[in-house]
Formats: sequence, C-alpha cells, structure tokens
Amino acid sequence: MRIFENANYNFIQWRWHAIAFSALIIVAGLVSIATRGLPLGIDFSGGTIVVLKFQQPVREDALRTALDAVPGEKVVQQYGESAANEWLVRLPEVTTEAGASLEQGARAVVDAVTKANVGQFEVISQEIVGPVIGADLQRKGIYATLASIVGITIYIGIRFRFAFAIGAIAATLHDVLVTLAVLTFFGYDLSLNIVAAILTITGYSVNDTIVIFDRVRENLRSKRRDSLEAVVNTSVNQTLSRTLITAGTTFMAVLALYVFGGEVLEGFAFTMLVGIISGTYSTVFIAAAIAIILSGKQAPGRPQAARKAS
Amino acid sequence: MGKNLRWKLLVILGVVALSVFAFYPPDQKVRLGLDLKGGVHLVLRVQTDDALRLLTDGTAEQLREQLRTAGLTGATVAPTSTTAFTVTGVPPEQDAVFRSALTTVELSYDRSSNGPGSYSFQMKPNIIVDNRESTVNQALQTIERRVNELGVAEPIVARHSAADQILVQLPGVTDVNRAKEIIRSTALLELRLVEQGPFPDEASAAQAYGGSVPPDIQIMPGRAEVAAAGQPAGAVYYALRRVPAVTGRDLRGATPQMDEYNRPAVGFNFNTEGAQKFGAFTGANIGRQLAVVLDGRVQTAPRIESRIDYDGRITGTFTAQEAADLALTLRSGALPASLTYLEERTVGPSLGAASVRAGVMAATGGLLLVMLFMVAYYKLSGFNALISITINLIILLGLMAYLGATMTLPGIAGFILTIGMGVDSNVLIFERIKEELATAKGVKQAVAAGFDRVFLTILDTHVASLISAAFLFQFGTGPIRGFATTLTIGLLSNVFTAVFVSRTMFELALSRRQATKLSI
Repeated sequence: MRIFENANYNFIQWRWHAIAFSALIIVAGLVSIATRGLPLGIDFSGGTIVVLKFQQPVREDALRTALDAVPGEKVVQQYGESAANEWLVRLPEVTTEAGASLEQGARAVVDAVTKANVGQFEVISQEIVGPVIGADLQRKGIYATLASIVGITIYIGIRFRFAFAIGAIAATLHDVLVTLAVLTFFGYDLSLNIVAAILTITGYSVNDTIVIFDRVRENLRSKRRDSLEAVVNTSVNQTLSRTLITAGTTFMAVLALYVFGGEVLEGFAFTMLVGIISGTYSTVFIAAAIAIILSGKQAPGRPQAARKAS
Repeated sequence: MGKNLRWKLLVILGVVALSVFAFYPPDQKVRLGLDLKGGVHLVLRVQTDDALRLLTDGTAEQLREQLRTAGLTGATVAPTSTTAFTVTGVPPEQDAVFRSALTTVELSYDRSSNGPGSYSFQMKPNIIVDNRESTVNQALQTIERRVNELGVAEPIVARHSAADQILVQLPGVTDVNRAKEIIRSTALLELRLVEQGPFPDEASAAQAYGGSVPPDIQIMPGRAEVAAAGQPAGAVYYALRRVPAVTGRDLRGATPQMDEYNRPAVGFNFNTEGAQKFGAFTGANIGRQLAVVLDGRVQTAPRIESRIDYDGRITGTFTAQEAADLALTLRSGALPASLTYLEERTVGPSLGAASVRAGVMAATGGLLLVMLFMVAYYKLSGFNALISITINLIILLGLMAYLGATMTLPGIAGFILTIGMGVDSNVLIFERIKEELATAKGVKQAVAAGFDRVFLTILDTHVASLISAAFLFQFGTGPIRGFATTLTIGLLSNVFTAVFVSRTMFELALSRRQATKLSI
C-alpha cells in the first residue's frame, strides 16, 4: 500500500497563494494581539492560581459569590472534568515583592471560600509568581525562541545553502506566528508549557523541512538539467507520503496527550496539534517556495548545494 | 546467521538488558519531579542590601568609637545609604589624627572630601560584589541546614538564574507555610544590655534621653510580659545598648524546653568563646536587665541574678511547634540577610498522582495508536518499527534513571514526542526502501540503499531538533527542563534504534531466506 504513489502535484505553482493565505492568518493574529494584547498566563504576567478540589459538587455562582470578598479581578473556571469538582481561581499580578503579600491572594481565596461555607475542599495546587520572575521568564522565553531559530539557521546554512536556511527559518517563524494566532483565537494564555510546545514546534517544523531540502540536495546532483523549481517540486512530491504519514502519526500521539493528558498538559498538547498542522503545511508550501524565490537569480541546479553533501 | 549479525544482536540485547537493569523497578529508580510527586517549589531573593547596610553601620560604629578614643569628639559619623557614610565636623588641626584612624576603613571604602572637615566614604565596588556573593552563599548554606533538619527527602537548594536568587524544592512537603516560615525566619539572636525601659511607646523612650537618643543606644520594640502582669498585651519599648554582648553566632545549640510555668520555651547554650564573653558580661552586670532580642524584637528581658556562662532561655508565648521551629532555626544559624519569596508553586500529592495516571494513559494510548497504524500500513515491516520504538523507550527510561534525570509531566510529553520521532525515522527509511524497490533492485540492496541514503537526513533532522532542545533546557525551570532532558535523550537513543536496531532487524529477517519480496 502506498498513498500518493508517483505523486506529482505542482505545489510550487501555488506558492504565492500559499504565502498570501499564511500572511492573512498571521496578520489577523497580529492584529488581535496588537489590539487585545498577548494573553499572558501567570508564568509571565505574575499572579496567583489556586486550584480547589471540593468533596461535593458546588455551584459556580456560589463559588463566585464567596470570592467577592477577595479584591481584584478574578477568573473562576472549572478545572478538568466536571465530575472532579475541581475549580481554578486566578488572581492578577501581585504588586509588591514583600514575602507576606506574595501569598496574600492565595490565603484570601482559601479564607473566603472557607468562610462562605461552600463545601469541604482542599487546595490541590497553588502557584504564585511574583513580577520579577514573570519578567525574567518573559525575557528568557523570547531569548530561547530566537536563539533556537538562529542556531538552526546557522546549522542549515552550513549544511545546505543560505537561501535554504532562510526558507527553513521563514517556515519556522511562520509556524510560531500561526500557532500564536490560533492560540489567541481559542483564548489560551501563554504559559511556560505553551512556550515549551512552541519551541518543540520549531524543532519539528525544521525537521520536516530538512527532509525535503535533503531530497532537493540529492536531486540537484542527479537532475542537473532541470530548473530549481522543477527539482524542488519533484522533491516535495517524492517525500509527500513521508511528510503526511509522519504528521499523521505524530498528530495521533499528541491527540492522545490532548485527550488523556489532563488539564495541566492540555494547552501544551493543543499547541502541538496546531503546530503539527502548520508545520506540515509550511514544509510543503512555504519553506521550498521561499528558498526558490531567494535563489531566484542563481543558475539552477548548480552543484553548489551538493558541495557539502558528501 | 552471519557472525556479524550475531554480534549486532548481542549489542542490542546488551543495551536493552542494561537499560532495564537501570530503571527496574521504576517506582524506585525513576526520579519524579515535583509536579508528579507533589511538593513545593520556591524561589527566594536574598536581600543582599541588608548585609551591606550591616557592614556600613558596623564600620561607621567602629569609626565613631575610634574617633572618640582619639579625642575627636566634634566629629559626627552618619550612614547615608547601604554602602556609604559621611563624617562631618573634623577640626582642621586634627585632620592628621583623623586620617590615621582610617587605615582599616579605607581597606573597604573610598574616601572623598566634601570641603573642610567633611568627608564621604563609599564602599569599593569589588567589596560590594564580594559581599553580595558571600551573603547569598551564606544564606544558601543556612537554608540547606534548615531544610536538612526538616527531614525532607531529596531536597534541592541551589543558586537560581539571577545572582541573588535561591531555588528551593521540597518534594513531598505538605505543610508549605511552616516550611516557608522556617526557611525565611532570619533567626538573628542578640543578647543586649537594657539601659532603660520598658516604655509604653517609642516617643517616651526617646524622651528619657531628652529627645535625642545617643548613638550607642538603640530603641527596640518588645513584647509586654503578659503572664506576669496579668494585663492585656501592649507594645513596649526598651532602650538597649547598640552593640550586643553576644549574638547567635556564638551559639552551640538550641533545644525546645518548658519554662517554669510549663510553657514551651527555647533553651540555648554557647560555645567556649561565647561562654567567655557571656560570663564576663553577666558577671559585670549583675542586677541589671538583659534583653533577649530575636530578629529585632525583645522577647524577654530578665534581671541578671548571677554570673551565667553557658545557658540561656527564650521564653514567650510560643506553641510547642513554634518553639521547636525556633530552636531549629537558631541551631542552623542566622541568615545574613532577609529573604523574600519571588515564586511559589505547590502541587498536592493527589494532583501529582492524577497527573502520573493521565501521563501514563496518554503515553500508552499514543503508543498503541501509532503502533496500530504502523502495522496496518507497513505490515510486517511495521513490527520492525514497533520493536525499534519500544527499544528506544526502554533505553530512554534506562538512561534517565542512570543519569538521575527527573521525570516531569512535560517529560511524559517528551516521551510521546520521542515516539513521534521514532516513527518519523522509520517512516523515512521505509518510504525510501519502497522507492528503491520500485526501481527494481533486489530486496537486500533496496534495504541497504534505503538506510544509507536516509542516514544523512536522519542526522540533519536530529541535530536540528537537538539545537532547539538545548535552548529549551537553557530556558526552562524544573518541569520544562524535564521535557528538554527527555527529548534530548530520546533523540540520541533514536539515532541508535532507528539506524542500527531497525537495520539489524531487517537483516535478521532477510538472512534466513533468499528474499524476493518484502512485506512493507
């Protein structure tokens, strides 16, 4: 059994459409981020999250009323399955660094719920992030994402040709931006786990792209007379079944994570799912297209690319 | 079976056996992170400014004393910031005497002149850096001692990313607030002579000195002796000698005790040096009051009945637990500076256990789905992929246990992505073998060509993924690091299983017969 036996789609022909389509999603995402701001989780913005597990089911409005006593803008939401009776309460950033006030919010939540007599409960998790750590993690997250992109560019630049490196990085940046856009559409807050997923996506996306570039490099040696465009298109088609099978199986594995992995990993898994789709798409449509556009004036099929291949 | 093939099989079996040996039984050998085990993660900042202020105050105090003995009574020494102080009113004719008094001060402070008889002193930059550094190290050691006394298994106390931050991880701790209090309390014990007092408020204490408190006297708040007076508690203030007679540094030990009214108290005793100082001090001050000052608050101020050498006791309204905790912090020594909490993450053991279940379920589910697909799509060759992925996971677990790497919930996600990477490499190889078969080569040649051609691709993709995993490790805190670790080890072992194990399996399958067809 083979899917796409002797596939011969003209992907490269559609490159401008693809770029326009991606640009649309990215711009929509950027506009949404510019107007509403990037929704940051407490890892980056600072703040308090308390997760309460009740012994009996509680009504949401009862819990909200109980929490009216706690000052500030609160988020109250069900945590995990509804049968678990677990509720998450999020409080905004703590303004002072003094030790006592850092945990004040969490204590106030526990006190308020105890006092309102909503039901027997225990605190199953509590996260308090001060503004110093939040700012620190923001800086590190941006640094790690950029550094990882630069590192991969350099590696591909050495192993392939420069235009390819730019193509791969354009595809990777594309995936990061599309993923961010989709995350904001679905109302996810940026957390440490989600940034980890985005960094994983950069690795995954580049991985996919390299497979095609590798084939291009190989084909450039054997099909010297064809134009670069034709060679790239052939390579994308030759690796198409691999691209889709890998994407499909990875998607299945991550889907299992999304379904069974529990509340803590849900954002991570969702980000990975979006990233896998975007990464596969960008591998086929974006990376090669940009490599070709940038190679434009270069004589096609020059063994230059093959120089480092052996 | 060729000799070569036999050797390859032996290597594979050996690696699998070693890995299983390394992680079996998993509940003892695989280290779980806080998010799976439950516990608390804290990031503290050491307020190193405290230590600098202490040094500046001390130096100013010392200089004041020196100038007084040298007869420079007109000069005033006043700290202006944590690292600077000024001296004013030095008579011009005594300038030489003043300068000769500066020899020790100028080792640590730069002097500049602000006009006749007036100088400012600024701590030298390298002294500031050294001081901050040693303060953080001292704080680290003190916290380590306290955490060890708490009896937590496998705690982590380490420097954190920024220079003045300390990371503390206490797996399995449930009473978070108590742990936090114990870590944070400065536990600076001082025994000082009471000059006057108690006073009902600070102003009346100052009034006793005609409104201006002399530099060698300090007004400190205290606790009213409720039980003795039988009256409601109110604030009291004492005028104390600024320089303590003995401090907690001279303590040898501290234990929770009961006082004469059978209330919890903390007894302490001194080392030889402390005993000498304390003995001389109490001997010279019989009949006067001695203040036991803890973290800037007078706990009790008993009258000195006789010379005391070794022992003392802190009484107050402690619960038995508080007395025990205070004894613990006194034993572990005072913190050189106060601490503030920057981050706190607590995971209850029940949530941790639920996460383990969810993670294992997700990993098993993902593995099953992927395996079903591989066998359905690649038939017998799919089993080959299945074996190499399983071996990959076994090696991953084994290496993690061997290296003492911590398994976190994102780490389980790393396992699932490792499955994905393993599948990817196998798919890459299988698809290539199919292509080679289509060009009408023999089965063995097609398999060999498939592996050879794909090797570079696998190498390139893995290096690229390793680069992003490395930055992930740099970026992350505990759980994310667990993810980066798992991913890195998984990538490395995948090169072995996808290239070496999978190929050996093919060779084994093809060695028995003159193969003309391949189930792929």
